[in-house]
This record gives sequence, structure tokens and C-alpha cells, in this order.
Amino acid sequence: MSSFEISRRSLIKTGLAGLAASTMPLSFARAQAAVIVGIVYVGPRDDFGWNQAHSVAVEALKQVPGVTVVEEENVPETDAVSKSMESMINIDGANLILATSFGYYKPFVLEMSAKYPEVAFRHAAPLWNKDGDPKNAGSYFPYLNQAHYVNGVAAGLSAPGGKIGFVAAKPIPSVLSNINSVLLGARSVNPNASVRVIFTGEWSMPVREAEATNALVDAGCEVITCHVDSPKVVIETAEGRGVKTCGHNASQASLAPKGFITGAEYKWETIYKSYAADIAASKPLPNFLVGGYDKDMLRSTPYGAAATPEAIKAADAAIAALTKGEPIYKGTLKDNTGKVVVEKTYDNYDPYLDGMGWLLEGVQGSIT
Amino acid sequence: MTISIDAAAGMSARRGQSVAGLKFAEAIIIPVAALVLSALLFSIFLLFLGKSPLMFFGLIWTGGFGSSFSLQNTLQRSAPLILTGLAFAIPARIGLTMIGGEGALVLGGFFSAAAAIPLVSNSVPVFLTLPLMAISGMLAGAFWLGLTGWLRHYRGVNETIASLLLSYIAIAIMNFFVEGALRDPASANKPSTMPIGEAYKIGSMPGTAVHWGLAAGIILAILLHLLMTRTTFGFAARMTGGNPRAALAQGLPVGFLLVTSCAIAGACAGLAGFVEVAAIHGQANASLVAGYGFTGILVAFLARQVPLAIIPVAVLFGALAAAGGIIQRRMGLPDATVLVLQGLIFVVLLTSDTLYGRIPFLQPRSGSAR
Repeated sequence: MSSFEISRRSLIKTGLAGLAASTMPLSFARAQAAVIVGIVYVGPRDDFGWNQAHSVAVEALKQVPGVTVVEEENVPETDAVSKSMESMINIDGANLILATSFGYYKPFVLEMSAKYPEVAFRHAAPLWNKDGDPKNAGSYFPYLNQAHYVNGVAAGLSAPGGKIGFVAAKPIPSVLSNINSVLLGARSVNPNASVRVIFTGEWSMPVREAEATNALVDAGCEVITCHVDSPKVVIETAEGRGVKTCGHNASQASLAPKGFITGAEYKWETIYKSYAADIAASKPLPNFLVGGYDKDMLRSTPYGAAATPEAIKAADAAIAALTKGEPIYKGTLKDNTGKVVVEKTYDNYDPYLDGMGWLLEGVQGSIT
Repeated sequence: MTISIDAAAGMSARRGQSVAGLKFAEAIIIPVAALVLSALLFSIFLLFLGKSPLMFFGLIWTGGFGSSFSLQNTLQRSAPLILTGLAFAIPARIGLTMIGGEGALVLGGFFSAAAAIPLVSNSVPVFLTLPLMAISGMLAGAFWLGLTGWLRHYRGVNETIASLLLSYIAIAIMNFFVEGALRDPASANKPSTMPIGEAYKIGSMPGTAVHWGLAAGIILAILLHLLMTRTTFGFAARMTGGNPRAALAQGLPVGFLLVTSCAIAGACAGLAGFVEVAAIHGQANASLVAGYGFTGILVAFLARQVPLAIIPVAVLFGALAAAGGIIQRRMGLPDATVLVLQGLIFVVLLTSDTLYGRIPFLQPRSGSAR
């Protein structure tokens, strides 16, 4: 056994080295600047979708002098996110936490914001309730359906037969609003346009998304778009089948070099930079921040190879109109069971639309 | 078998060492050596990436054990892993490879949340509600894995495949009800069952931020260890695990042993689901599907299927998960890095299985000592 003997001296040396290595990260936070942002993603940063959109905004945020950002990806919607947020506050000294997944809010963000009242918590879904939720918590959410309306306008002029396919995840209000907005946008330029929707039932189900895309193409759809966490599979499958595509969440233009028209992208950096500026100026952050093109919170992905000059012109006009506040849901509109669901014109941020539980007439598909 | 044990004991007694002691040493040294080897291989991988292994393992220490916050983070994350580790280890002792812990956990969580609906609506007191919820969760899990055991013994269906496929069915069942009949209308954007409310949630153990689910896991691990090593049931189960035909020939009720072991395993996983609902989420929804069942398999393997050893191994995995966040943030490594480490541990561990009985100085000396 003599060859395995560890001398006391080497033990102390390695022990001290390990200790030194372990204390290194702790001194990180103290030397840094005033704005330390911690952001938590539910999936991988390079998913060409929801998480990538946030990550792209964070890259822009990091360029702002005096701002440090720490990121953690693949944090599930369990108490793991509470621990991640706490770790960012305690160890990294974060003074702003950005929780980007829907299921992070209840109970995790609520619990943590009650526990750390000096830290600002902001959540990417319109859930903050001013009666009862902690004042240091808040919500931010761009209304992506405006950008889906623009998708619809461009798609309507790119589909001679007017058939648009939509691969959707779950039939919740924000998804339904995107589907309906695509229809309304398409019909504004092509009265014969229709949208065919297939619900996969989950935010991320690559195999089912591919199957749904193929089914829609087989049913005659000429343009495919979607609302799933990562549109990568849908866009690639559609490109492989030779049909045109419109994107969602982040830019998928590179995935469809021939068929990409435009996409509905979140411009999270507008919100993130405004939060950082508020913290640096020691101003309180707004608790509820929503907007669309009018607040520069959305952008349409730069037009791809399949965008005709006609489509580009119409889409640009639509963006300009929406930036001025032009409403999308103009009554009277019926749902696809024949019931009247929109009797008057609703402002784009009207709370009535947040409870949407219907698909408009012209959308083939069902919620249940 | 009996003869050789006596002989071995007799032979080694002449050397003044116990067979049991050597076997214990073997059972500890080989897994630990596997861990060390995995760490070394992983360090080479990190060096390829241009990252410092010292910093990585230093961060695992800081993030997993270095402060009271880290320690509690680790313990909280290890709680479900103890239970799902047991869900794999118990059938493994009887010779079955049941990887359906995930499904049993999800179903257990769902059924305990479903049972909570009438109980909470009628304001049944907490000391009745929580045990009833726990029992329904455990029964659901027990039924699910017990079914797999039954299929294995009475119909010859391979239990690995059956339990995995049943896992997906269980998740689908949970989704079906949570998004449909049992959906709480206030949870439009994230379909969930009715929340049980703060009053009914399992609290933290006094002085810590770790919920009582950890204590439940530890107690169950100790009880099951005693069951498997000190009772006739446990002995019969291990015999069946060694050789089912011999066990049948000896007249052991193999079918009963198989199904019961699977049911016990399912009850453990179901309890983990109950704890997830009652201590963490307060309701059943898609967040129950967090992969604890599958990580539990790895935990059980590293613990050599010994219930008591599952506790420290679960803590190790809890530490890896707890440190994962700070490793991502400090070293700019993707989250998948910790998965690579876990995978490496698993592969090295499986390979190290071949070393049992082959390392000379750990074997009882046989042969003449004239």
C-alpha cells in the first residue's frame, strides 16, 4: 500500500488549492456594476424559438455598459427555478430576475418575490395581479398576435389558393389569438383565405409537429406557420416539402433558404434595456408592461426568398398601421361554430381578447 | 450455495478476515473507483473544451455543499430521487428491470391531486387530507407498476419495455384529465387541477427550507432496507432475483413476490408524485413530468440497488443538479454538461460491474492453507 500513501503536505496543498478554487466564484459579484440581471430559460438557448428569442435579447442587453447578465438554461417549471433564482440573488447579487417561462410564475416567482422584496422579479406572461401579488413582481408581454397578423397578410398574398396551415401547441388564449390573427391578416388581402390548424397538445413535441406539418401540406396548405416553443422542426419539414413558411418567436430564416416569407418575432431587448435603464437610474420598474409594434416590442423577421414584392408592400403597410394602433379584431365576427364572438371593434390590448376561447370562422380545426 | 458460503467462511476464517467484510469493501471500492474514473474522464472532456476541471469540481462543491443555501438546495432536489431510486432498486433486487418510475410518479401525483379535490372542497382537516392524498398516490403508483409485474409473470411481457411504455400512457392519462375533466378553469394557460391551497401544503422541516418529503424518503429507504435484508420476504425476493426457476422449484410464491415488489416500488414512486404535488406545486400539471423517475434509475444503479445506499447517492445527484445552475453561469457551459457527466458515470459504472469477483486482493482466499 505504500505507493498509495498521501503525504500530509500534498494533502494540505491540494486542499488549499481546492478551497481557493471554490472561493473564486464568490468574489465575482462584488466587483461588478450596478445592474445585475439573472435570466432563467425553460429550454436550451439555441432552440430557434422561445428561448433563443430571449437569449438574442440578452446578447443585446450585455452590450449596455454597466450591465451584467447571468443566464441559466433548461430550468424546468419545478422548485428548481426557485433555487436558481435564489442562487442568482444570493451568489451573483442579481437585482433583476427575468423568469421567462409561463409556469414559473405560480408559485415560484410569487414565493421568491415575497422572500426577496429588494429584488425586482419580472415574468414573461400577463399574470401579475395588482390586487395581491407582491409589488416587486411584475409582468411583461408583447402581443405577438400583431406580428402574426402581418404574417397572415404576407401569407395571404403568397398563397394563390389561400390555404394556410398552422401547427399549434395548446389551445390557450395567446395561441388562439395568433391563429385568428393570421386568418384576419390573410383575409384582409385575400378574402378566400382560410387557416387549417392542428393542435399537437404540447409546447415541444418534435415528432408530432413534423407529422402535423406533413398532414397540413398533404391537405393542400401552401404556407405553413406555427405556435410551438421551437418552430425549427415545422419550418424544416415544410421547407423539405417545398412549401412556404412564416416564422414564430425568433428568426428561422436560415432554416428555410427558399421558402421563408417573414416571421413574428418578439423584440425582448426593448423591454430588457428599459428595465436595466430604470434600475441604473434607481427608478421603480413598471409592474405591467405590454405592447406591440407601437412600443417597439415586436419585429417581423426580415423578408426571405419567398416574399414577393407585393407581399412585402402589404406587410410593411400592415406594420405601419399596427404601429399607429389599428385594431385587428373588428366586429362583427363569428367563430367556426357559427356563434358571434366579436360584436364590436376591440382595441388590440382589450382584456376581452385575453380570455379568447374560440377559433374564427375561416379557421378549420377545433379546440377540443 | 449454502455449502460454498460455509466453506468460504471456513477458509477465510483461517486468514483472520471476514468474507462479509471483504464483500462490503468490494461493494464500496468499486463504485467509488468508478466515480473517480468518471471524474477523470470528464476532466479530459472539459480540458478539450478549454475549461478548468478544478473550477468545475470546485463549483460542484460550492453549489452543492458549500453553504447552507447550497446544502438545502441539494437536499430538496434529492428528496424525489430517493423515492424514485427505490422504485428501481426494489424490483431490481428481485431480478426485474423496471424503468417505469416516471409514469408511476406522474400518476401518483395526479391521483393525489384528484383525491384532494373533494377533500379540500369540503374542508376536510389537513391531518386527514394529506394522508388520504398520500395513500391514493401510493395506490395509483402501486397499481401501475404492480400491473407491469403481473404482465411480466403471468403473461411473459418484458417488464422493461412494458414499464417504459406504460410510463408514456400514464403521462397521457394525466394530461387527458388535467386538460379536460379535472382542469381548474382559472388555469387557462397552464392546465392544472384545482390548487390545494397553502393551508394544505406540506411545509418545510423546522429550521430548514427543505420539505418533509425528504424525511419520508429517508424513512422509507430505511424501512425497505430492513425489509429486503432482515425479513423472510426480503430473503425470498433476493432468492427469486438470483434464480427464479430455482425459487419456483423450492416452492416460493414467485408470482406474489414479483407483483408485490413491483407494487412496493410503484408506491414509492407514487409517494414521490404526492410529495411533488403537496409540497412543491400544490396542483397536478405537466410540471410533474420532470425526469425524476429516470434519474432515479441512475441513482439506484450507483447505489448497487441497496436501499440504504440510495440516500447518499441521491444526495450526490441532488448536488449535481443544484450545482448545475452555477456551473452554467460561471463557466458558460451548456446545461447538457451535467448530463454528460451523469452519462459518463453510468457507463463507467456499468462497465465496472465486470470487476466484481476479479480484483485479487478483495477476494477471500480459497484453496489449501496447509
